[in-house]
Amino acid sequence: MNSRPVWLGKPKPIAIALKALALALICAVVIFPFLVVISTSVATKQQIDANGGYVIWPTEISFEAYKQIFNGTQVSRSIVISVGVTAVGTAFSLACTVLAAYGLSRRQSLFQRGLLSFVLFTLLFAPGMIPVYLMVKQLGMLNTYWSLIIPTAVSAFNIVIVRGFIQAIPHELFDAARMDGAGEWRILRSVVLPNSRAVVAVVGLFIAVGYWNNYFGPLLYLNDTEMWPLQLVMRTFVLENNVTTNAQAIPGYVAPPAQSVQMALVAIATLPILCVYPFLTKHMSKGMLTGAIKG
Amino acid sequence: MAVNQTLPRVNPPPENKLHPQRKTPFLTRLWRDSPLLVMVAPAVIILLLFTYIPLLGSVIAFMDYVPFLGFTGSEWVGWANFSSLFSDTAFWNALWNTAQITFLQIVLFFPVPIVLAVLLNTVAMPLAKRFVQSVIYLPHFLSWVIIVALFQQILGGNGVLNRFLITHALTPFEIMSNPDAFKLLLTTQAIWKDAGWGTIIFLAAIAAINPGLYEAATIDGAGAWQRFWHVTLPGMRPIIVLMLILRLGDALTVGFEQILLQRDAVGPGAAEVLDTFTYFNGVVDGSWGTATAAGLLKGVVSLLLVLAANKLAHRLGEEGVYRR
Repeated sequence: MNSRPVWLGKPKPIAIALKALALALICAVVIFPFLVVISTSVATKQQIDANGGYVIWPTEISFEAYKQIFNGTQVSRSIVISVGVTAVGTAFSLACTVLAAYGLSRRQSLFQRGLLSFVLFTLLFAPGMIPVYLMVKQLGMLNTYWSLIIPTAVSAFNIVIVRGFIQAIPHELFDAARMDGAGEWRILRSVVLPNSRAVVAVVGLFIAVGYWNNYFGPLLYLNDTEMWPLQLVMRTFVLENNVTTNAQAIPGYVAPPAQSVQMALVAIATLPILCVYPFLTKHMSKGMLTGAIKG
Repeated sequence: MAVNQTLPRVNPPPENKLHPQRKTPFLTRLWRDSPLLVMVAPAVIILLLFTYIPLLGSVIAFMDYVPFLGFTGSEWVGWANFSSLFSDTAFWNALWNTAQITFLQIVLFFPVPIVLAVLLNTVAMPLAKRFVQSVIYLPHFLSWVIIVALFQQILGGNGVLNRFLITHALTPFEIMSNPDAFKLLLTTQAIWKDAGWGTIIFLAAIAAINPGLYEAATIDGAGAWQRFWHVTLPGMRPIIVLMLILRLGDALTVGFEQILLQRDAVGPGAAEVLDTFTYFNGVVDGSWGTATAAGLLKGVVSLLLVLAANKLAHRLGEEGVYRR
């Protein structure tokens, strides 16, 4: 396969080689850290000690570190918390986004212009961190998981993207549904949602990644370390080098090396992103650009 | 970028030109559109609660805010918070650090996605191109905790690089906790995370260039370099200017989470920026008024920067974020 136009002529082999080398280097710079993380997470204590803290290619594979993570300590709880917050948050945020996008999609509807400006204005000016914190406090949401979900649930940018797609659905479909006696909620369910599945999926994935990666929200709003999600626990474990695993009193039990536990944690935090990544790449650049440009 | 195109159209769509439309009574329209209003309600309420009211809540920048007394009980102090802010050397340090980091990022980071996009665009094999794209977009989706952990693993005291230097009898050097190198480290991390993602918009700009221009240039005898200089670059210019304006608007926002995670390693002298200053003064130390004043100042200056950059772009004959 070659998309090079004829009039360009053949490129010099040296140019091709240089380009390939540059791109390979760039890819290596991105991939190499992941290789180190995965290798270290499955390596044995002897090899890590011999190498001085990391392993590029494990000679012997052991999954002790992963077992350690999933055996009911703070880390396992934090994973459950992160999954829960991400799932509920994404559902809530996506519902708000799609509803608002459809509600604002009809140009002649009542108050549409005013409400749209109300939403778009938030793109220009963000409130400071302190007033938002005080608001969350005022509403009694401090130390609850709602503080991680609700304040960031609505983004004008996401609404704009979904709205753009809804407006691109052919008029005739709406007219036909209305002729058949469908109300707005029925139209949303039977016309809008089936026709904007791709954009809803992509925006939903972006929202989910945001919730999963959220680190400052819990730091700001949650005092109780028992409530901490994965990102915060990972910070304590990996960056502050504070690996606390439940003391194994079983005689003869050899705890996995701290480095393995740390890297296993990083691997687990990355895994969900890697799982949704193929779906993201499939639609994202196209979806994001058309949504943003067409409006 | 989405702002200007999505504003409601000034002219309603031309319908019922033959029969002048009778105005639908307000109550009928309210009844007809009430489901739509209900749908918008959750988003509007959330924006009201967490964007608009906090915006008004910025008035505590002019108060000696005591959480116990609340908005109504706290005392008005005029510009006192701002004057104490301006006499605080820590604030000026934070501002100076912010400015330095922004400058470094504009000089070192900003051109990288442009160069990458141009390079990627010359890859003729679709499969190879898609593979490289998939790889370089990935880091954008990782959290800062992971990114910092990865960097520590590679560049930290016990990381791959230093182990390599030690085993080859070379002097190791401490990058992750070196205050002098901190700003460069931040920039490097930002490039690693987001330079690939940044290519999307520039690739789209290149793809929008009329291929006929390249063909004509080639026929006129232009080489690869001349085609780049006279066709590709001018074609990308509006987007480059746009992205630069948006970047300037964010000049005072420099990787808050990223810095917060690494601030302890190098100390506030090198790592304090406006956002961390606000966080530590307000949430940690409880100087709500001063911290809000710093946050408000940042918001206003950022808005002014966008407007100024846009004005400059117009002067230079570019379109900018919004039209005149």
